[in-house]
Amino acid sequence: MLDVQKIREDFPILKREVNGKPLVYFDNAATSQTPQVVIDAIVDYYSNYNANIHRGVHTLSQEATDAYEIARKKVQCHFNSKHAHEIILTSGTTHSINIVATGFTNLLTKGDEIIVSALEHHSNIVPWQMLCERTGAILKVIPMNEEGELLMDVYDQLLSDKTKLVFTNHISNALGTINPIEKIIQKAHKVGAAVLIDGAQSCPHIKPDVQNLDVDFYVASAHKLCGPTGVGLLYGKEEWLNKLPPYQGGGEMIDQVTFEKTTYAGLPHKFEAGTPNICGGIAFGVALDYMNSVGFDNIAEYENELLEYGTKKLLEIEGLRIYGTSKNKTSVISFNIGTIHPYDIGSIVDKLGIAVRTGHHCAQPIMDFYKIPGTIRASFSFYNTKEEIDTLVEALKKAKMMLS
Amino acid sequence: MSIQELQEEIVDEFSMFDDWMQRYEYMIDLGKSLPLIDEKYKIDENIIKGCQSKVWVHAEMKNDKIEFTADSDAIITKGIIAILIRVFSGQHPKDIMDADTAFIDEIGLKEHLSPTRANGLVSMIKQLKMYAIAYQTQLN
Repeated sequence: MLDVQKIREDFPILKREVNGKPLVYFDNAATSQTPQVVIDAIVDYYSNYNANIHRGVHTLSQEATDAYEIARKKVQCHFNSKHAHEIILTSGTTHSINIVATGFTNLLTKGDEIIVSALEHHSNIVPWQMLCERTGAILKVIPMNEEGELLMDVYDQLLSDKTKLVFTNHISNALGTINPIEKIIQKAHKVGAAVLIDGAQSCPHIKPDVQNLDVDFYVASAHKLCGPTGVGLLYGKEEWLNKLPPYQGGGEMIDQVTFEKTTYAGLPHKFEAGTPNICGGIAFGVALDYMNSVGFDNIAEYENELLEYGTKKLLEIEGLRIYGTSKNKTSVISFNIGTIHPYDIGSIVDKLGIAVRTGHHCAQPIMDFYKIPGTIRASFSFYNTKEEIDTLVEALKKAKMMLS
Repeated sequence: MSIQELQEEIVDEFSMFDDWMQRYEYMIDLGKSLPLIDEKYKIDENIIKGCQSKVWVHAEMKNDKIEFTADSDAIITKGIIAILIRVFSGQHPKDIMDADTAFIDEIGLKEHLSPTRANGLVSMIKQLKMYAIAYQTQLN
């Protein structure tokens, strides 16, 4: 069981007020808040052993290098990759996706196909469109139903020996749907396609096991996992990472350099050009320790409770419609009230100290599907409470009264 | 009335309210009196970019003065554009170009003035002034 009051003590920001009201933070799908241990790790790094890594013989550089490589090991353990060098530390999910999308340029030829899901965030659509422009490959989309679930029978039809890459998020940022990635991966492998899964939205709720999933690439961001912004990971199977060319040229990623020829460093450094976000990487490791100390089973159980409670309470508001009603979803509720513009509601509830996201959530195709300008999205984390949900419901009633 | 006088009038009206809810409610009411844009001008070219909601603005020159009409799909945004149009509509282009808009701060809508704010108040002001510049060029 999770003691939420005790957990809230770990997050200094939860004590602050916004517009004279206690902060209710329901924008966790955009970024999670930071526990004191992570803040301490950041302060400790800059106070005690800030140095560049992998090159100095001096003590500080050794200490920083050790801490950074320990962090990589922590990420490896958390995601259960076979080797530590299969974990590339990047600036975040978008960076990780671009490494793969750019890397596939030389592996695709005209007429090859890439399949993506209809539930994607913009950052998950554009790199593939750009890859298609470069290579002449064709982008195919797995459509979704009213509930916000992928149509798996259409996916079966889309797959063929032309399919070279399948890409989907594990969980939709706009609707919270949990996609059946195990099946998606198995089926793609049957036709010889590689699979990249975006775990940005799932990692805060589910501990993925990349070996068990047999996924080829998996990406995520630290800042949705109680870590800092500007750091994330690209997991790739060793054989795939060896096939991809380096993404950027620079320091760290080289073996030998002469003006005639440069040979590249091995994994993971081949993909880590330049000085990385050292402090961020270290803090990412600490954030994973923190999340694991809370326990992902506890987190899932408690967040499901919040989701159930929140769904029930919100639906008591007349005219409220929830978008994304799959039985398999995480603690994200996307909704509108009548025909009131989500922006109007967001503005009013902000005045009442509540942080929700409004708009199209960078997932315009999903909004087009439902023919709406956007939604209000409340996303709950394990440090939120039922009382905060009650506060949201009261605020929404007030907003509805003012706006209708 | 001059732009300055209209601004003072609005500041006066808003000073009667002592909390944000009343101010917002009044702004929503003002939105209802907005001179609505003709449906035929509600086209993509007339949408102001930089707003999370849609705002359409149309400008016409009558007797050397600019008349603005507008609409928005969000109620609060409609109130904001209504306030701006009340101040700027029926004014000489030159006066609109030179107008200071610090009164927004005084009516308690300061938070809307940030350029990063998704409602695009700053974009709206910029767009209205762009119309003024365009018409002023014609007059010269």
